[in-house]
Amino acid sequence: MELGRKLMVSSSPHIKTEDGTRSIMLDVIIALVFPLIMAVYMFGWRSLTLTLTSVAASIAFEWLYRRLLKKPSTIHDLSAVVTGMLLAFNLPVSAPLWIPVVGAFFAIVIVKQLYGGIGKNFMNPALAARAFLISWPGLISFWTRPLVNSGMTLFGNVTRESVAVDAIASATPLAKMKLGILPSVVSQQFDGDVAYTLQDTFFGNIPGCIGEVSALVLLAALVYLLIRKVITYHIPVAYIGTVAVLTFLFPLGGNDPFIWMLYSISTGGLMLGAVFMATDYTTSPVTPLGRIVYGIGCGLITVLIRYFGSYSEGVSYSILIMNLLVWTLDKFIKPRRFGVKKEAKKAGGK
Amino acid sequence: MAFGFKGGIHPDDKKSFTERRTIEEMPAPKQVILPMSMHIGAPCSPLVKVGDRVLLGQKIAEAASPVSAPVHASVSGTVVAVEPRPHPNGTKVMSVVIENDFEDEKFLTTAYEETRFADISATALADICYNAGIVGLGGAAFPTKIKIESAVDKVDTLIINGAECEPYITSDNRLMIEHGEEVLDGASLVMRSLGLKTVHIGIESNKKEAIGRIKKYAESMPHVKIHVLHTKYPQGSEKHLIKAVTGREVPPGQLPSAVGVINTNVATCVAISRAVRYGTPLTTKVVTVSGSAIANPKNLLVRIGTPISEVIECAGGLKADPYKVIFGGPMMGVAQHTIDVPIIKGTNAILAFCEKEDKIDEAQTCIHCGKCVGVCPMNLEPLYLNMYAKRNMFEELEQNRLFDCIECGCCSYICPGRIHLVHTFRTAKARYNEMKKGAK
Repeated sequence: MELGRKLMVSSSPHIKTEDGTRSIMLDVIIALVFPLIMAVYMFGWRSLTLTLTSVAASIAFEWLYRRLLKKPSTIHDLSAVVTGMLLAFNLPVSAPLWIPVVGAFFAIVIVKQLYGGIGKNFMNPALAARAFLISWPGLISFWTRPLVNSGMTLFGNVTRESVAVDAIASATPLAKMKLGILPSVVSQQFDGDVAYTLQDTFFGNIPGCIGEVSALVLLAALVYLLIRKVITYHIPVAYIGTVAVLTFLFPLGGNDPFIWMLYSISTGGLMLGAVFMATDYTTSPVTPLGRIVYGIGCGLITVLIRYFGSYSEGVSYSILIMNLLVWTLDKFIKPRRFGVKKEAKKAGGK
Repeated sequence: MAFGFKGGIHPDDKKSFTERRTIEEMPAPKQVILPMSMHIGAPCSPLVKVGDRVLLGQKIAEAASPVSAPVHASVSGTVVAVEPRPHPNGTKVMSVVIENDFEDEKFLTTAYEETRFADISATALADICYNAGIVGLGGAAFPTKIKIESAVDKVDTLIINGAECEPYITSDNRLMIEHGEEVLDGASLVMRSLGLKTVHIGIESNKKEAIGRIKKYAESMPHVKIHVLHTKYPQGSEKHLIKAVTGREVPPGQLPSAVGVINTNVATCVAISRAVRYGTPLTTKVVTVSGSAIANPKNLLVRIGTPISEVIECAGGLKADPYKVIFGGPMMGVAQHTIDVPIIKGTNAILAFCEKEDKIDEAQTCIHCGKCVGVCPMNLEPLYLNMYAKRNMFEELEQNRLFDCIECGCCSYICPGRIHLVHTFRTAKARYNEMKKGAK
């Protein structure tokens, strides 16, 4: 028997899973469409404009940077799309459209590409960009109420004067909780304050960043990511669990611990952070135990900032701080090797 | 399913091509090529020279070293060459080539006395296995004689490996279905010789028919205990089968006897049974011939030494020019550069693939997803081993237990960044060993 061509010789294994970086990122994008739909429903089509601007800018900066440095293009791996979506989800619908463009530049060029691109950055690009954008606090902390016709245009700038008066939210639920006031209580400290019930906070009928408001939809996205085996349960469960336990044990304002805990986990960026940000591959540990420790760390810092910091939200900073500890967690928390007993490892350690 | 093990992967098992196909006896080839090394241990030296007439089952090569297994003629005929020939391991190995006279004239062998089956000693069984040239047929090809001898007084558990976790391969599955009695007979002989009371047999849950057959036979053999294992690769890895059946973990660098276990593959059990009952030496092997380039995938009973080109021909030939031809399964098998190599004792499958199934062309980038850590059955962290290996950081490689790696391929399979992790580890191990040699 003669063969028509030379046989390929390579090291085993000779088969590989279909799932590559691109298909994983595609799954994350699909999961991100859940909160995007909710954002459009709650805050109108401007949410989509913001998101598309952010995604387009992220792809453009990634493409441009790699092209200028004569490196192979990486936009096909879709990670820039994920960064762009997450960046937009961390903005209020009122943010000017140049904000996500500046954010995308910081996320893609400074945080991701300067360190070598996908897999090399040590901070979550979208979160680092959000932290950077807080340089313009006035522009990214002007909150409007969902499901209220605010009169915002798709592209124009939004000012307090241009928005319908009844659309302006005087306080986010978290800002009230900072003072120990339940979101369901109308506070005299904020002009024109309205009550937000638990149904509102879980469903997403609250002011906030466009992608973070609906705990329910974010939990659905979590289930999707778990089923698709994109992420493991360790980080989200440890993160949300830690916040739940701490807020249950230490409710502010003498509130009922259980109610306080439910409001604490359903408001702010916790769900978005725990499902999409803290689970970012590059900036989270690889071992199950490492992931649990990391999740607990995120939860602890979140509650500490919410309770003792002067900023009402702690999710983004807690994740960024824990990002810096990932290498250390990976270095010191190793799986127990097969066939090696714990004691033997200590005794035999070099 | 009492224990199981951590990690592992679930590739498409691709067994449907051949799992229902009865083992078919392939006609003996015109020539057989018998390499002097078809086992772990010292290579044999030929006992015959060009021009000699040999009989089927005649011992034609033997080694002076104790860790070895003799080679037997798989056809009767004339020795036409004693020279180095291509071997499935990629090198050329001294081989005896026999021209078949199609007489199948048998070399006279003596069977073990049937009255003594019940109290067969380990020494007697080890000798029979040696004289029949039996080695572990699961793939490692460790001489069975040594395995039995080193198990005496050290083991309390015998496990028969019927896991067959590699995709495509169905040869063990068919043996259990068609020759289940012989599998259990061989296993029982090993059990009795070592003074044990139970035969544990581990079979993956996807082999329903085999499980049914073995269960039926076991009804009259109360000492046989069947363990239905999760269908998960690498369930058939010796260490992981032991973990799954007994919960014990074989320490790195040690043999199963360290935790009181002896492990035997189902095909080895059949060979043992035939060697004891009929004095038959190991001259045939059941081989699965499959893959996208094979016209008519089959399970074939093949004479050892048959060139794989003829084996492929017997399975309907090639549908198209193959891209890759593999000895063994797709996870741990060895890619061949020629189809002139012969079937050897440890061969359980020949796979020929048309197009690339390994997708290695994408840019290789680690995205730190940790999937390799999740699937590693040895609980290593392949991504960090890869990082250290790329930088030749030998101390870190040692600390992170590079040498525990069994090269099962789970990490390479799962890696979304398409990094050839196992390949990096193989070369790093070689460089490490060279460095150690240089240091001495």
